[in-house]
Amino acid sequence: MDFALSEEQQFLKQTVDHLLRDQCSLDVVRADATEKQTKNPSLYDGLTQIGIPGTLISEDYGGVGLRLLDAALIAESLGGSVATVPFIGSSVLAPIAIELAGSDEQKNVWLPRFASGEITCGVALGDHVGARDNDPITSDGASVSGRSMFALDIQNADVMLVATADCELHLVERSEVELKPLYTIDKTRSVGELVFEKSSSEPLSSTSDPSGTLAKVIDAGRVVVAADTLGAGQTMLDKAVAYAGERQQFNRVIGSFQAVKHMCAEMAAELEPCRSLVWYAAHAYDAIPEDARLTACHAKAHLAEVGRFVARKATEVHGGMGFTDLLGLHYWFKRIELNRQLLGTPEFVRNEAAKMQGWV
Amino acid sequence: MDLEYSAEYDAFRNELRQFLDEHKHLSPGAVARPPANREEKEDGPNPAQRWQQLLIEHGYAARTIPKEYGGCGEEPDPLKAHIIAEEFAKARVRPGHSGDNRLVPTVLELGTEEQKRWLVPPSIRGEMTWCQGYSEPGSGSDLASLTTRAEVDGDDFVINGQKIWTSGAQHADMMFCLVRTEPDAPKHQGISYLVFTMDTPGIEVRPLVTMTGEATFNEVFFTDARVPKNQIIGKRGEGWFVANNTLKHEREGLGDPHQAENRFREIEELMSNENVDGESIMNNPAHRDRLLQLQGRMLAMKYNGMRVLTSQRKHEEPGLPRWIIKLQGCELNHQMAAMAIDALGELGTLYHRSDHIRAGGMWQQRFMMDLGLIIGGGTAQIQKNMIGERALGLPKEPKVEVKSA
Ligand SMILES: Cc1cc2nc3c(=O)[nH]c(=O)nc-3n(C[C@H](O)[C@H](O)[C@H](O)COP(=O)(O)OP(=O)(O)OC[C@H]3O[C@@H](n4cnc5c(N)ncnc54)[C@H](O)[C@@H]3O)c2cc1C
Repeated sequence: MDFALSEEQQFLKQTVDHLLRDQCSLDVVRADATEKQTKNPSLYDGLTQIGIPGTLISEDYGGVGLRLLDAALIAESLGGSVATVPFIGSSVLAPIAIELAGSDEQKNVWLPRFASGEITCGVALGDHVGARDNDPITSDGASVSGRSMFALDIQNADVMLVATADCELHLVERSEVELKPLYTIDKTRSVGELVFEKSSSEPLSSTSDPSGTLAKVIDAGRVVVAADTLGAGQTMLDKAVAYAGERQQFNRVIGSFQAVKHMCAEMAAELEPCRSLVWYAAHAYDAIPEDARLTACHAKAHLAEVGRFVARKATEVHGGMGFTDLLGLHYWFKRIELNRQLLGTPEFVRNEAAKMQGWV
Repeated sequence: MDLEYSAEYDAFRNELRQFLDEHKHLSPGAVARPPANREEKEDGPNPAQRWQQLLIEHGYAARTIPKEYGGCGEEPDPLKAHIIAEEFAKARVRPGHSGDNRLVPTVLELGTEEQKRWLVPPSIRGEMTWCQGYSEPGSGSDLASLTTRAEVDGDDFVINGQKIWTSGAQHADMMFCLVRTEPDAPKHQGISYLVFTMDTPGIEVRPLVTMTGEATFNEVFFTDARVPKNQIIGKRGEGWFVANNTLKHEREGLGDPHQAENRFREIEELMSNENVDGESIMNNPAHRDRLLQLQGRMLAMKYNGMRVLTSQRKHEEPGLPRWIIKLQGCELNHQMAAMAIDALGELGTLYHRSDHIRAGGMWQQRFMMDLGLIIGGGTAQIQKNMIGERALGLPKEPKVEVKSA
């Protein structure tokens, strides 16, 4: 029994953190946000050089062959730096879908290109995670039609993965799709509306259980979104603690006021167990199938709640400065808010967790 | 990350399960009812003591306490301790104890050989029970300001003063107690840690009724109570450091995640079994969502516990994950009790063995008792100070200068 990160995992996280420290400063994020840039080329290159897009892709297809827990650590780092690069859709959901449901040929064709960072993939699962303003995706086996909202990682994506209302998964070339970016509060990530009109598509149909496969893809996404929030929340807490130890009022550092100290302590007390929850959910996805779905739902929902709490309190600790654009804390605040709503709101996923336990 | 247990631990768990299957009928009821006062104690071991003895014989209680002091003398193995806690909780059987989780480790660490032989064996057999005489009317969170004094007279300390909130003092055999022995020293350096029998002349115990309606704690008055000088643990003036040792052990006991998981199962059963207007409470989406939120918190604390356990196995300092356990665990327990009360609605307010009461009023009791635990053992606010200062490194509050008149 060893509930801890391995040395390799710690090293992986440090490596990503190091790269982000160098290449994803707040200035970079701010410039990207201003230019509506959610795939920073040099940052993406840097991440590609250390193999990040291929994290979950097996070595047979040119990837690194790591597990969801490793992907969660990367997401934590990316969230921690509010990094302006695709990851959750393109490097987690899409490769998992192809590994689970693609034919050998499809794996051969697509996965090496994902792994090398040559192409990225948008992911549209809208019909299955709280559909609104959508038009259910249908398919005739060779094309798809309909509209999917809040597709992930679509900017500059070369191909789109779309789930039909019947849980089929299809790949669609970028040129076949009408793509309308949606501008959310979070300018560090790309989401949008995809419209398909008899768009020719490639079904991923090498699975005997399409709905189970799709559910697995969503589980993975939820864990990784939760991890992104964990990282973003940790950065906000760290910034709050640092500020509280520096800023003076009434001739003392504000961190010596209990009102401020207790806000910091509450954030830490809420956030620290979340780390264990995310680790467990990710590990369960990798190795404990009977716990995987339930803990994925809980990780997603609980991190959404704690994330919001931390985002709000950390902002308060900074006083007026916390509310400014100048300090940039809002990038984390907004990322946490988008994460909360993505791939199922907390109420929605808790209801799913209730169903799977036979409580509904 | 590897949550598999090696063969050794699987075997250990299987043996334990078998033991519990075979013997659980001998375990006393989950809620212990101590005798109303010390005079009423019966002769010979009571069922709880017999149960404890059986557990010690099988290595499921007092595991790491050396054989010469009546324990099992096993190497500390946090994983086995975890398995024991988990399996007892799952089987809903009262676990064993290691005497008193505050006093015994302190004596083993800081007591003399003679003290260890005197205090540890009967404590772990459950024949010598303890109460903690720390808090005073004027010294709660600021414990180091305590004023109950002990003066040396011949071979004895002579104690005068008052303790308060002393849980179980009315039926404990012994007290471990903080007293001021060096009135002229700075406040943290003038304290000593004494142990003595509650039969000592000059000790008067007055029960204090708590909000639950029961007298679980007491006021204890000392009037020239004489305690032999060799009943000090550690040196004179070092009591504060000895006590901190005890507090460390106490904090870890409060907020135990196994207990939270059991409680969660109980609420789930309650919500599935109780009906309002002919419908199961579980069918009410608002209640259900609260239950799910608590499940998320409970799981986070459970896995946090696994993380602490892993650090301990590797002899690493767990840091923040450990600092937060008392605060978060006690809060979670209280919220779970509150949830149960809300699921019961008006039935959740029944008390005093009323008709229609559910689970003997257990949730009503817990709802109140858990608030007591949020306050006792270092209040939630003091926990936050500690997390802020010791785990996050924020500065202490500036000392207020006391102006002399
Ligand atoms: C159920 C129960 C059992 C107990 N059992 C025992 C026992 O067996 N033995 C024993 O010795 N004691 C026992 N206690 C006492 C317990 O340790 C004290 O109640 C506790 O330490 C708080 O002290 P106090 O009651 O004097 O409150 P105070 O210290 O007066 O606190 C009152 C309020 O002020 C806040 N406060 C105080 N100082 C600070 C600060 N520096 N920063 C922020 N807030 C502060 C507290 O958080 C609290 O909200 C028990 C208490 C309870 C409730």
